[in-house]
Amino acid sequence: MSLKRKDLVSIASLDPDEIMLILETADSFKEVSGREIKKVPALRGKTVVNFFFEPSTRTRTSFELAAKRLSADVINFSTSSSSVVKGETLLDTARNIEAMQADIIVLRHPAAGAAETLARGVKSSVINAGDGWHEHPTQALLDLFTLREKKLTFKGLRVAIVGDLAHSRVARSNIYALTKMGAEVRAVGPPTMIPAFLDRLGARVYYNMDEALRGVDVILMLRLQLERQGPALFPTIREYSRLYGLTSERLKLADSGALVMHPGPINRGVEIAPEVADGFASVILDQVTNGVAVRMAVLYLLSGAS
Amino acid sequence: MRILIKGGWVIDPGRVNGLADVLIEDGKIAAVGERLTPGRGPAPPTVIDASGKLVLPGFVDLHVHLREPGFEYKETIATGTAAALAGGFTSVCCMPNTHPVNDNQAITEFILEQARVAGNARVFPVGAITKGSEGKELAEIGELRDAGCVAISDDGQPVMNSLVMRRAMEYALAFDLPVVDHCEDLHLSEGGCMNEGIVSTQLGLPGIPAAAEDVMVARNLALAQLTGARLHLAHVSTEGSVRLVREAKARGVRVTAEACPHHFTLTEEAVRGFDTHAKMNPPLRTWQDVQAVKEGLRDGAIDAIATDHAPHAAQEKQQEFAAAPNGIVGLETALPLTLALVEESILTLESAVAKLTTEPARAFRLPKGSLAPGVDADVVLVDPKAQWGVDPSRFRSKGRNTPFAGWTVKGRVLTTLVGGRVVYELPTAER
Repeated sequence: MSLKRKDLVSIASLDPDEIMLILETADSFKEVSGREIKKVPALRGKTVVNFFFEPSTRTRTSFELAAKRLSADVINFSTSSSSVVKGETLLDTARNIEAMQADIIVLRHPAAGAAETLARGVKSSVINAGDGWHEHPTQALLDLFTLREKKLTFKGLRVAIVGDLAHSRVARSNIYALTKMGAEVRAVGPPTMIPAFLDRLGARVYYNMDEALRGVDVILMLRLQLERQGPALFPTIREYSRLYGLTSERLKLADSGALVMHPGPINRGVEIAPEVADGFASVILDQVTNGVAVRMAVLYLLSGAS
Repeated sequence: MRILIKGGWVIDPGRVNGLADVLIEDGKIAAVGERLTPGRGPAPPTVIDASGKLVLPGFVDLHVHLREPGFEYKETIATGTAAALAGGFTSVCCMPNTHPVNDNQAITEFILEQARVAGNARVFPVGAITKGSEGKELAEIGELRDAGCVAISDDGQPVMNSLVMRRAMEYALAFDLPVVDHCEDLHLSEGGCMNEGIVSTQLGLPGIPAAAEDVMVARNLALAQLTGARLHLAHVSTEGSVRLVREAKARGVRVTAEACPHHFTLTEEAVRGFDTHAKMNPPLRTWQDVQAVKEGLRDGAIDAIATDHAPHAAQEKQQEFAAAPNGIVGLETALPLTLALVEESILTLESAVAKLTTEPARAFRLPKGSLAPGVDADVVLVDPKAQWGVDPSRFRSKGRNTPFAGWTVKGRVLTTLVGGRVVYELPTAER
């Protein structure tokens, strides 16, 4: 089995069967990561290029590990070492990399649509590792994988996504992914952080966090991008934290078996209290572990190696 | 030198709408009427058979970017005016956002000289409102007028300071020059690259709310009322703008407005797939906005159709959506997109022609856009039934940046005359 597509640029373009195929493939790769020798020869002789135009530690490392565990050769490009600053367009640079016979390009880029644009212009497979505020499909897939592990099903699952949804690719990909799989999504944040017509994406919008958390099965906290805020999205971090921070008190409003997720890196004491981040409900580190397995699945399925 | 255009359907809005001949003598319209027989002359006239065709005044575009001086790699005055002729435009008003900015007599004279050398469409420069279009100090508007500017605008760099705008409007009164504004509150639109709405939310692109335009339209109308100045609103794109301008006209404010073909033809949906050819400013809006612009054209709230012809080099548009420059070329596709409004019964054929000729000429008081006896013989012959595929590689413009590539459209310019001289004929290969 393989995905009948060249690229993975968005969750919006996937259908539920494809999502399930990726998750099921990731099951077997998770087993590989638990072995003494964490390596299979599935992508031997293939070249994967990590093409990162934004600082990223965990996503890049996760993709690198995933590719290496599949025995692929991996090269990392980052902004400082690429020639994009010299006036080459993204497409020029990518064509150069392609000319070196890269099989898969993993792209992280600050501009929405960069992965889609690149995918149209090169023959290599392109995996979107985050494009602006648009999508971060492998993050949503690893979140789904983690949910499925813990909750077994998506149908009827109540998921609150809390924070700056307007500027979050994680939020968009998760809203698409969760609604496609039959979960109910509650979008929670101040009105300044809720993008126009978000309800039309299938999420119910809440401005009051306590109201939104009542009875939910999953709380997905978004990172407050302290470096990205424009003017006046909220008055102070103190007030934001008071209104939209996840504390152990608030957690009690959710279902007793509720899970707490976060794409990381977390701002301890801002959007999430340390005792919650490290608490019994937190699956934040499971998400990281599962990220490698899910990315192995995506690399494998796109490589046509099966 | 005499030319007789025979047997066409002549539309000179408000004057003629029917089968007629047009006689041209010495570069001027000599007569328009049925079965004209040229009087005695030194030689028989050249006859152009226009049967089955429309014979119209050359079109007037109030809003083009010819890019020269400074951005000749995008377009030159020669290539831009050649594109104009191919689209039926015999007069174009070029915006001052060149490099250097057209904020002084020398640049205006340079533009006019380049236009004269090119010998294509007539060029009417629009001068800057402020020095360098920086929105701070007024440009030498009197000298700009004397050098040949027909209006002033800081197009693309809207004057944010309301006091500066007030002074500009007051000062322009002395010369009765229209003040043209690209209405955009730069704080509200900051960072935005498409309309703010469902599509921007889905694509994760920073949005520009319709309010960014509406707010500035409202401000400018208030200032026009305060000063009594002639205000012209460039490329109106929102329902709110149309409503505001309609209401202001009813109150007697001296305002005119233009709309662009892309704003009455496309919606924000065209941005899906991150197509940079759907990136312009103001951005493509919603279906409701498109309906409002059409209604404004129908009821006269919007006077003219202008292209906002904005050529860019291919590599500039090949960037990521947020990084790509705003704008599309429009001169060579405006006619069929305008005629589509006639097919849709939004406009009559005569009013559609008026939006391209008499109305824009009136807005800037240009002695153009008419076939009245004695005026320069700027004439265009159009086959209203010709269907053709938009192929940017055949454009006369250097710019290939159009969202209409591959579209099949109806209505084509066959022949364009400027001053009684045939300056454009559709190549046989393209017929």
